[in-house]
Amino acid sequence: MPPGASASLWHPEAVSTLNPSLQISPEGKLLHLLTTEGLPAATLLQILDTARSFVSVTEREIKKVPLLRGKAIFNLFFEPSTRTRTTFEIAAKRLSADVVNLNIATSSQTKGETLLDTVANLTAMHADMFIVRHSESGAAHLIARNVGPDIHVINAGDGRHAHPTQALLDMFTIRHYKGGFNDLRVAIVGDVLHSRVARSEIHALTTLGVPEVRVIGPRTLLPRHVQNLGVHVFHDMEAGLKDVDVVMMLRLQQERMSGALLPSAGEFFKSYGLTPAKLARAKPDAIVMHPGPMNRGVEIDSAVADGGQSVILPQVTFGIAVRMAVMGILVGN
Amino acid sequence: MTLPDAEALIGKLAEQIRREAGPGVALVGIYTGGVWIAERLHRMLALSTPIGTIDVAFYRDDYKKTGLRPGVRPSDIPFPVENADIIVVDDVLYTGRTIRAALNEIFDYGRPTCVRLAALVDRGGRQLPICAQFVGAAVSVAIDQTIELRRDASGRFSLALAS
Repeated sequence: MPPGASASLWHPEAVSTLNPSLQISPEGKLLHLLTTEGLPAATLLQILDTARSFVSVTEREIKKVPLLRGKAIFNLFFEPSTRTRTTFEIAAKRLSADVVNLNIATSSQTKGETLLDTVANLTAMHADMFIVRHSESGAAHLIARNVGPDIHVINAGDGRHAHPTQALLDMFTIRHYKGGFNDLRVAIVGDVLHSRVARSEIHALTTLGVPEVRVIGPRTLLPRHVQNLGVHVFHDMEAGLKDVDVVMMLRLQQERMSGALLPSAGEFFKSYGLTPAKLARAKPDAIVMHPGPMNRGVEIDSAVADGGQSVILPQVTFGIAVRMAVMGILVGN
Repeated sequence: MTLPDAEALIGKLAEQIRREAGPGVALVGIYTGGVWIAERLHRMLALSTPIGTIDVAFYRDDYKKTGLRPGVRPSDIPFPVENADIIVVDDVLYTGRTIRAALNEIFDYGRPTCVRLAALVDRGGRQLPICAQFVGAAVSVAIDQTIELRRDASGRFSLALAS
């Protein structure tokens, strides 16, 4: 990240709760995974390397290793997400951990218990790890600051701030198909402003040495000063996609379409929906990614989503191996 | 002390395996030294089954103490383990804990008919009931020393002591 750029660029209100150094010990060990911001390349690469070994585990008859036997992992989802919660659950089970799923939106929080009270109660039940999704930026950081030294926290998405495991699985996918990061031109397309995925991806891509990261979207959906993060800004899809190696689409949240930011889903698709014609501007071997769930006909055309350049389903498969790697490294530290 | 010549030991291992194992035997090398030796044995014995390679990091019993080290390599057993006749290959046999981990990992691929163990050197010091059927040499070294298998640019093997 260039000097001067910081978390405050995106969301000034969140900065006081976010401390990237919380996740790395003075000896350089990863204690929590809260954000890709500030993570050294060596740590990112260790996660990606370890994940490659876990991909081979998922190809055998018994898709399970005994690494986290006897460990209790709590999925704390304060915001609904079936898909992300499920991939964390599968990852934990393949490491032989015991998994408890808590949908807090429907639980104690509605009875007035505070976030930290909930965590204190679960700690008393001998939790070893919390996987946290919350609509507030900084929720996972708050928990990480308040748990004992043997408890690890993974941020599974906090507000508009970060979604580090999604960014890591995207890096794994890029490395798998492109062999590395050093010669790539990568475009991130759509609602960058509201996307914790985009933010985490930009930090990871620049740290791993991708020389050209582009963001493409309408002015209303790009953060002001986003270029200070070291990215090139495009408002025109055809210009932005020219000769890129990787197209990373973002989900357009339905609620944005009813607000003042966008005229309509149809209008958005016309300008920024990824169609075969627009994709033809990219390199012929470019890959197309999407963090899911997709809005077909809004940000992506079905012909592209289901086409030969789409790696959207492999992303899901790699996501399990990447989450296994993160859990295995954290609990071992 | 002087360690034996690694190249000569590999020759001895190959002879023993040739005498006692059938042509359908499959080798599984343990990273890193075991994989090097398995590759060499595979060529010397002209075996038809491709070699398997395993990194036992996810099965080790000292994970709680040491965590996951960087540099884990993907395990790959490219033949059906179910009903296979397998020889696990490692460079130095010591406590037996790595072999225990390797056996557990292999059984997650299937149920082999038979598993034997080949070790270039056996330095004693077993902490588990494990022994090798094929051994290049038994050596005795101080408890604070480790024996390392090295491979030079031309592919020649040698043994060295490190402390």
